[in-house]
Amino acid sequence: MQKPLEDILVVDFSQFLSGPSASLKLADFGAKVIKIERPKTGDICRELYISNVKMNGDSSVFHAINRNKESFTANLKNEKEKQEVWALIKKADIVIHNFRPGVMQRLGFDYPSVQKVNPDIIYGEISGYGNEGPWKDKPGQDLLVQALSGMTGLSGNAGDGPVPMGLSIVDILTGVHLAQGLLACLVRRGINQEQKGGLVRVSMLESAVDFQFETITTFYEDGGEKISRSQKNNAHAYLGAPYGIYQTEDGYLALAMASIPELGDLLGCEELLAFTNPRKWYEQRDEIKRILADRLRDRTTEEWLRILEPADIWCADVLSWDELIESEGFKALDMIQKVQMGDGFTSQTTRSPLRINGEPLLSSVGAPKLGEHTKSIRKELISRN
Amino acid sequence: MKPLEDLLVLEFSQYMSGPLAGLKLADLGARIIKVEPPVTGEGGRNIDIKGMYVDDNSLLFHTINRNKESYVANLKVEEDFQKVENLIARADVMTHNFRPGVMESLGLDYKRVNKINPQIVYAEISGYGTDGPWSGKPGQDLLIQAMSGLTYLSGDRGDLPTPFGLSVIDILCGNYLVQGILASLVQRGKTNEGAHVEISLLETALDLQFEVITTFLNDGGKLPNRAKQGNAHAYLGAPYGIYKTVNGYLALAMTGLDKLGKIVGLESLGDYSDKDYFDRRDEIMDKLRAVFKTKSTDEWLAQLEPADIWCADVKGYKEFLNHKAYQILDMDQTLELTNGKELTTTRCPIRIDEKRFFSSIAAPQLGEHTKGIDKEFALDMTYEENIHEVKEN
Repeated sequence: MQKPLEDILVVDFSQFLSGPSASLKLADFGAKVIKIERPKTGDICRELYISNVKMNGDSSVFHAINRNKESFTANLKNEKEKQEVWALIKKADIVIHNFRPGVMQRLGFDYPSVQKVNPDIIYGEISGYGNEGPWKDKPGQDLLVQALSGMTGLSGNAGDGPVPMGLSIVDILTGVHLAQGLLACLVRRGINQEQKGGLVRVSMLESAVDFQFETITTFYEDGGEKISRSQKNNAHAYLGAPYGIYQTEDGYLALAMASIPELGDLLGCEELLAFTNPRKWYEQRDEIKRILADRLRDRTTEEWLRILEPADIWCADVLSWDELIESEGFKALDMIQKVQMGDGFTSQTTRSPLRINGEPLLSSVGAPKLGEHTKSIRKELISRN
Repeated sequence: MKPLEDLLVLEFSQYMSGPLAGLKLADLGARIIKVEPPVTGEGGRNIDIKGMYVDDNSLLFHTINRNKESYVANLKVEEDFQKVENLIARADVMTHNFRPGVMESLGLDYKRVNKINPQIVYAEISGYGTDGPWSGKPGQDLLIQAMSGLTYLSGDRGDLPTPFGLSVIDILCGNYLVQGILASLVQRGKTNEGAHVEISLLETALDLQFEVITTFLNDGGKLPNRAKQGNAHAYLGAPYGIYKTVNGYLALAMTGLDKLGKIVGLESLGDYSDKDYFDRRDEIMDKLRAVFKTKSTDEWLAQLEPADIWCADVKGYKEFLNHKAYQILDMDQTLELTNGKELTTTRCPIRIDEKRFFSSIAAPQLGEHTKGIDKEFALDMTYEENIHEVKEN
């Protein structure tokens, strides 16, 4: 399959998750991504172990984020090695970095400098909080941005205190927005011959705000009311009953939007029949959820699903990964791919969630060892200059 | 000029995931026409949060569908169907997020549309893929969170499965659809051929968890283990988490325990090995919890920040949205509604060539642009006449 970005070269200075997750998406679309890494240590993410899992010398997180990329080591303070990076930039379509504001200026690879050498460059940069304002020098880290942006008030129940979303959600979304901007510039390049290059800037804070666009807009409209999670079974602080996850006799049941009296009928729960006004299911949510939670504990998840699903009530079992992976619905997706590193080490990971013309975007190339491609890149892209 | 100006997108999508993709494309300059059924319009007009409505439409609908036009067509009526076919012949992109089989029965599946317009990028979202045993299930955000294992990552160990408190899967899926669309448009620039882009909410939910699922797949299948209290990431060691202070809360990211211990007066933290950060997480977090509750958040920040410890105050919307650090982003924009009122919402988070993208155009009333679009695209012509006209131009 011809992938859409096969002739695109990305020079990626970024580390950790936000920038590298953007270049992973570009790699999945077929772009050649070269990571520029510091000698000896490389991308700090190589050392970011989660639950102490190390795979072939690097963290599992590094493997997941950096598959299908090449690694070129260069000491950016050494003039000769710096010139090699410049040679790569001359040939590149896209440059990415996520250093704190000012660092690329000091290294000499800021946008105006790069643009001088390669006027058609599409230059993408991620900051924590933008390049201006009182927070610009704060560390741009996922949990901190969640905490500062109000996001930790949305999950969990009313009495819980702040509950972060348990993944690097802001990093991921910032990477998504960067990739979106870079792709838009590539589209523009095709339409507008006058404007081949461009500067794309995103910040983690702005991406965190965009993620909350519904609830922030609601906050502006409702007169600035404090976020109010339901007492129990909260799944969205702004949605009415029954929206939530409930305990059953043997597990859990997720219930999305549904008519309360209809649920009352189906579940054999007369108390619910009185809640006839849908526009009150928000303010009455604690009372409704309490009644529902009591009733749903009486039977197994399977029994409830057998009653609710045929009535097209939006509900689901709550699965853990081992249960999910065993299910036929998961197997039908063919979501896991095997990747192999240059030294033969193989591992399993997920693939891109997209399909184009019926084909998933697969790649069997694993993450690079630090500096694995320095020599081959020199030969292929630098020495022939 | 915005980067996607001149692109015409037809949005057959409803609710959140597909319309969010349309919003992102609109913000980057594309023209979005929602093709909606008569009388009710798309289902999202009636999905509300907090029971809030702006006019006949929910506030939520207004938030997701600003900067778009609305064209009403009954696709089961021959005359309307032909007009939509004519519109498709002019479009660059179309999106839908109906359950598998619906567009086939309407006669607007990819095969059919590709015959009308071979250059079109046809992008669709399903809940669980278009085949397989779950393909007929309702593709809804919370249900996908529940099915995908995501609810075991947030909250503390003793808590019920805890969902992310936003439509995270819908939002991410819409954004990924945009990536697929834009990459296909880049390809079209080279080949002059359209493409069929597909994604599902479940695949999106798995992609969202790619780091931790990769860890699970290569670690003998150990399930996530949330911290006992103050959990912020089931897979990250101490001190990563949230701690109560005298007057609020403190978020603490990855930090060397040795250095942290010295600053907060817990020298014993220096004795833990690298492996203990995760394996003895609860014990370490208990010790920190006891210390952090003795001073105010500001007092702790004054000690920790100068030492470059990664920490932050925990803010609510009122405090955050009124803070100078938020206001300097110039992130808000005002929409002008047809009933004369105004609505404040946020802008596109991407800046290109130092420009922020604003638009004051509110969400369309149902069918607001039908007549204008009929006229502009001469949709009353027969399909053959219209195709001829497209070829002439």
